[in-house]
Amino acid sequence: MASGIRDKVVILGAGCSKFGERWDCEPADLMAEAFEECLTDAGIEKNQIEAAWQSTAIDASSVGPGSMPLSMGLRLPYIPVTRLENYCASGTEAFRAATYAVASGACDIALALGFEKLKDMGYGGLPQRSRGVTNDLYYPNLSAPGMFAQLAAGYQAKYGTDKTDLKRAMAHVSVKSHANGLKNPKAHLQRAITEEQVLRAPMIAEPIGLYDCCGVSDGAACAIVTTPEVAKSLGKDNLISVKALELCTSNGEEGGYEGWDGSHIRTTRIAAKRAYKAAGITNPREQISMTEVHDCFSITEMVTMEDLFLSEDGGGVKDTLDGVFDADGQVPCQIDGGLKCFGHPIGASGLRMLYEMYLQLNGRAGDRQLPDPVFGLTHNLGGFPHQNVVSVAIIGQHGA
Amino acid sequence: MAGITAYGAYLPRMRLQKQVIADANSWFNPGLKGLAKGEKAICNWDEDAITMAVEAYSDCLGRAPGQALGTLILASTSLPFSDRQNSVIVAEALNLETSGLRTMDITSSQRAGTSGLLAALDASVSGKITVLLASEHRQTKCASREEMLYGDGAVAVAVGSENIIAEFVASHSKAVDFVDHFRGEGKDYDYGWEERWIRDEGYMKIIPATVTALLDETGVNASEIAHFILPTDMARVPAMVAKKLGFNTDAIADNLLQSVGSTGTAQALLLLAHRLENASAGDLVLLLGFGQGCDALLFRVTDKIGSTRPSRGVSGYLERRRAEENYNKYQSFNNLLIKEMGKRSEVNKQAYLSAMYRSRSLTNSFIGGKCKSCQTVQIPRHKYCVNPECGAYDTQEDHPMVGAKGTVQTWTADKLTFDYSPPAYFGLVTFAGGGRLMMDMSEVDPGTFDTGAEVSVHFRIRQIDQEAGFRKYFWKAIQV
Repeated sequence: MASGIRDKVVILGAGCSKFGERWDCEPADLMAEAFEECLTDAGIEKNQIEAAWQSTAIDASSVGPGSMPLSMGLRLPYIPVTRLENYCASGTEAFRAATYAVASGACDIALALGFEKLKDMGYGGLPQRSRGVTNDLYYPNLSAPGMFAQLAAGYQAKYGTDKTDLKRAMAHVSVKSHANGLKNPKAHLQRAITEEQVLRAPMIAEPIGLYDCCGVSDGAACAIVTTPEVAKSLGKDNLISVKALELCTSNGEEGGYEGWDGSHIRTTRIAAKRAYKAAGITNPREQISMTEVHDCFSITEMVTMEDLFLSEDGGGVKDTLDGVFDADGQVPCQIDGGLKCFGHPIGASGLRMLYEMYLQLNGRAGDRQLPDPVFGLTHNLGGFPHQNVVSVAIIGQHGA
Repeated sequence: MAGITAYGAYLPRMRLQKQVIADANSWFNPGLKGLAKGEKAICNWDEDAITMAVEAYSDCLGRAPGQALGTLILASTSLPFSDRQNSVIVAEALNLETSGLRTMDITSSQRAGTSGLLAALDASVSGKITVLLASEHRQTKCASREEMLYGDGAVAVAVGSENIIAEFVASHSKAVDFVDHFRGEGKDYDYGWEERWIRDEGYMKIIPATVTALLDETGVNASEIAHFILPTDMARVPAMVAKKLGFNTDAIADNLLQSVGSTGTAQALLLLAHRLENASAGDLVLLLGFGQGCDALLFRVTDKIGSTRPSRGVSGYLERRRAEENYNKYQSFNNLLIKEMGKRSEVNKQAYLSAMYRSRSLTNSFIGGKCKSCQTVQIPRHKYCVNPECGAYDTQEDHPMVGAKGTVQTWTADKLTFDYSPPAYFGLVTFAGGGRLMMDMSEVDPGTFDTGAEVSVHFRIRQIDQEAGFRKYFWKAIQV
C-alpha cells in the first residue's frame, strides 16, 4: 500500500519574479530573478541542488524544446534537468517531480522552476496553437475563452441560473482578485476595478467579457524542496510541508460519452477528493485556510469553488456574491491576485501559487497576510472543460 | 429507356440584396442601377461547389450511407481543385459505396451541366443509377454586370432506367466556338463581350438552329412543349427565343435571376428541378444548355412524377433564406478585398496529407465507431470503447453519423479566435443514438440559438490555405 506524500517533503525556499509585460527580459532573466530569491530564502548554494525540473508550456514562443534553457539559464552544475509540459498544470508538475525525487530518496535537494515568455507574440491573449496534426483537422478553431465560456453555458443550463446573477458573480470574482492584486507588488495588474466596469467590458466569448479573463504575462517562479530532516539540519524551524499532490487527466469520457453535462470540471472533483484524503481533510470549507485556484476565467474560478467542495453544487453564485472567497471571507481565494491579476505565465503559474501559499504559511505575505493559515490549496486546470489535466496540491504547517 | 428518376437542389441561405451592390458601385458604374432588383444566393465563407453539391445530392436522394451508384458526375466551372478529383470528395462526404463507383468532373463551359446530363443518360445503359451534380460558386469582379447577375447554387439529377419521372426522348447538340465570355488559365474572373452581339449572334442563332434540328428529328411541334428551359443571365432572351420558335409563353421557365442569380453550369438543371416540382404526366420538357454551342434535350414527364419529391427542392430553398445587406461581407468572403485578417489568422495551415488520408472516414464522411460489445457510439472512432463500464479493446465498427440529430450541450460565440465570419460559434454536440463532439457551428441565428438547440451536421470548409491553394473540409453543426 502506497504511503503517500504527506509531510515527507518540505519547501526549503521559494522565489518568484515580477509578473507582467517584461518587454526587456529574456526568459533567462526571469528565471534568474526568481531563482536568486529562492536560493537566498533556502539558504543554500547552487551546487547543493542535485536535480531540477523545468516547466514551460509553450516552447515555440519562448525557448524551444529540451531542458537546456533552465540548465544554461542558471548555469546549473551539470545536474539532471528535465523539462515538463502538461498544459496549465506544468508548474505544479515540475513541483511534483521534484517532490517525488526527494520523497523517493533519489536526492536530498531538488529544484522546480517554471517560466513562460508569452509577450513576444505580437497580439494579446494566448498564442494560437496546433493541437496536433490530426486533431487540427476537426477541432474547432477555438480560443481559451471560447472553451471556458461553455462552462457558463453548461452551468446555466443545469441550474437555470439567471444570466444577470451569473454575470454579477463572475464580475465579483474579478473585482475581488483586482482588490487583492493591488496589495501585491509582483502582480501584473495592480489596480482596482468595479463591478460595473466588468459588466460593461467588451465581450470576448459569450458570456466572458474582457475583465473575466486573466492576464497573459511573462514571469518565472520556483521552489526548492528537501526532506524535513535536511531542512532542520540547515537551521529551518518553521517547516512548510507537502500534504497532497494530486493530478487527474481526462480520458475523453466527458467530451465523448453521455453523463457529463458541462456544468463542472470532473477531473477537479476527482483530484480534490484524492487530495483531501491524502491530506486528512474531511471538511474542506472549514479546514482549508486559503486557495489559489486556476482562475483563467472568472467562471472557471466560480465553478472550481464547487468542484473543490468549498461551495455546494449550484451554490457558487451565492457564496461568491456573499464574499465567502474574498480576502476577509471564510476561505479567501487568490489572495495574491490570482491568474487574473498576478498574471499567467503558464509554466510558472502552479509554482507561483505555491509561492504565495508558502509566504502566507510563513507569515511573510506583507499587506495581504492572512491570519494564521494552516492549509493552503493550489489548483491548476490545463486544457478545456471537456478534456483537461487538473492538479490539486495542499501544503501546510509541518505536522498539522 | 432512360430518364430522370429523382432531382434535388441546394441554394445557400444568404441572399445578397442587389441594391447594396448598386449603392456601393453606381458612382463608378451607373449602369448597375438598372440591374438592382431582387437578390442573389451567395455562399457563406465555408461553402463552395463541393459542399453545395453534397447538399444538393442529399436533397435529391437523402443521406443514407452506402448508396450504390454507377457513376457520379460533378459539373462546375468553379471547382476548388484543378487536380484532385472534386467528385471523389463529394462521394466520400455522401458515404457512397465507392467500390465500383465511377466518378468524373466535367467543366470548362457553361454547357457542362447539360453535357454532363447527356453523359449520365449514356451511362444509364449500365443499369445503375448515375447522378449528375452541378454546382457553382461564381466569382465576379467588383462593380461588374456579372456581380449583379451571378448567383451560387447546386442541383442534383439522378438518371436511371427504372422509376423514371421524366423519360429522355431525344437530344441534339451543336458545337460552336462562340466566345461570349472566357476565363483563361490562371484567371479568376470571366472576360466577356458585348451583350447585344451575344444575344443576336449567339442565343438567337445557335439555339434556334439546335432546337429546330431536335424538333425536326422528333416530329414534335413547338407548341407541344410544356417547359422551355433556357438558362441565361439575359432576362429577355428566353421570351425572344420562345417567340421566334413558337413556344407558348407559359412554357418559359423563370430564370430566377432576381431570387438566385445565374448559377452557371447549375442553372439549366436548377430551372429543370424547379419546373419538375409542378410538372404533370405527359408534359414535354425542352432543356437547353448554352456555351460554345448548345445542348438541347427533350424529356417527357411520366405518371411517376408524383412518386418522388426532393427534400426541400428549389421552392423550399427559395423560402429558406436570410437577407444579407452587408456588401463588404460578401466581398470579404469572395476575396474581393485586401483585408487585414489579424495575426490569429496566421496559423500553420499545412495540409498533412498522410494524416488527412488516415482520418478521412472522420473528416470526409463523419464516421464514428460503434462498440460491438456494448453498442456505445463514439466519434471519433477509438481503439478503446469510451463507455467506462465497457472499455473494450478493438471492438468498434464504422458507424456513419451524418444523418444523426444533435443537441447543443454547451456553446459559445468566440470573438477572440479567428473566423471569416466572427464570432466563431462552437460547442459540444450530443447526438441522438450516442456520441458527442466539440465542433464548429455555422449559419447561427443568434436570436434562436441556445443550449438545447437541435442541429444537423453539414460538410463545410474548415480552413482555407490561400497560399497553397488548399482547403480542408469538416462537418459543422447547423441549427435545424
